[in-house]
Amino acid sequence: MPRFIRYLAPLALFLALAGLLYKGLSLDPRKVPSPLIDKPAPAFSLKRLKQPEATLGTEDMKGKVSLFNVWATWCVACRSEHPVLMQLAESGKVAIYGLNYKDDRAEAKRWLLRYGDPYLANAFDADGRVGIDWGVYGTPETFIVDQQGVIRHKHIGPLTQEVVRDEILPLVEKLEATSG
Amino acid sequence: MKYLRTLLAALCLAWATTGLAGMEEFDFSGNVDEDRYKELIAEIRCLVCQNQSLADSDAELAHDLRKEVYDLMQTGQDNGQIVDFMVARYGDFVLYNPPVKPSTYLLWYGPFVLLAIGILFLIRTVRQRTRQSETGFSDQEQARLKAVLGKEADEDT
Repeated sequence: MPRFIRYLAPLALFLALAGLLYKGLSLDPRKVPSPLIDKPAPAFSLKRLKQPEATLGTEDMKGKVSLFNVWATWCVACRSEHPVLMQLAESGKVAIYGLNYKDDRAEAKRWLLRYGDPYLANAFDADGRVGIDWGVYGTPETFIVDQQGVIRHKHIGPLTQEVVRDEILPLVEKLEATSG
Repeated sequence: MKYLRTLLAALCLAWATTGLAGMEEFDFSGNVDEDRYKELIAEIRCLVCQNQSLADSDAELAHDLRKEVYDLMQTGQDNGQIVDFMVARYGDFVLYNPPVKPSTYLLWYGPFVLLAIGILFLIRTVRQRTRQSETGFSDQEQARLKAVLGKEADEDT
């Protein structure tokens, strides 16, 4: 019996270490977990992109499950996720708000005219101050905020059909079911 | 020789400028201590280019966060408060020196556990070797020797 253990112990140790490192291979180091999950969304109130005379803020998102999408015209990956957002907006399954991050107002408006506007409204974050409060470090980023204004999920990188189908919509449905 | 010296001087100068790339100019004549500022931005990680600190990085976000650090210092916040500000937004990952807590135990103590296991194995091996070298026989050989000798002793009587 002891001999048996003596031979198996290093093997077990090796397998454990290999398993750990293998898991590490499949993790994306660019996806840093946000400390804001399950915390109240950082409060802000900014001028809207299309109607600068009105503001958009955390308060506007309360009372319904919202998708808060951080984007910019200089962000290449935002272009690739845009059709996904358009489709999601057409389905009407979730309220989509945007944070136009460190962008040029005229260019951003032109972008929405050209590719379509999936947003109920956009907040215009010219200096990126609100982005910092939300822990944004790479556009596009997408947050799911529940009815009480609590952040429930963060997706880093462009949304895809799969992400919407497997992550976003199930969560939205679950949140809507809990309290209306 | 003269050519070589010129080349060397040029290289040194070129190298010296890389450290200055993209650093913005802040006014340190007021209540913001430049040394403290430099210390802070050196220990906060830039999330865009993850192996660089705020001090090293030329990323857009690093510019913004350096300004944020400067502004926070100007409002009189201490290092702890500024670090908390960053952690609240970006998580422990922004720190080059992560705090000791249950989720980082493996990170902090894992190497020592591995070291301890290694030392245990080393001690065991060394002990076995010394026991062996005393008589020149291994445990098994000794047991066999004993058995054989015992049998012979029995036969003798």
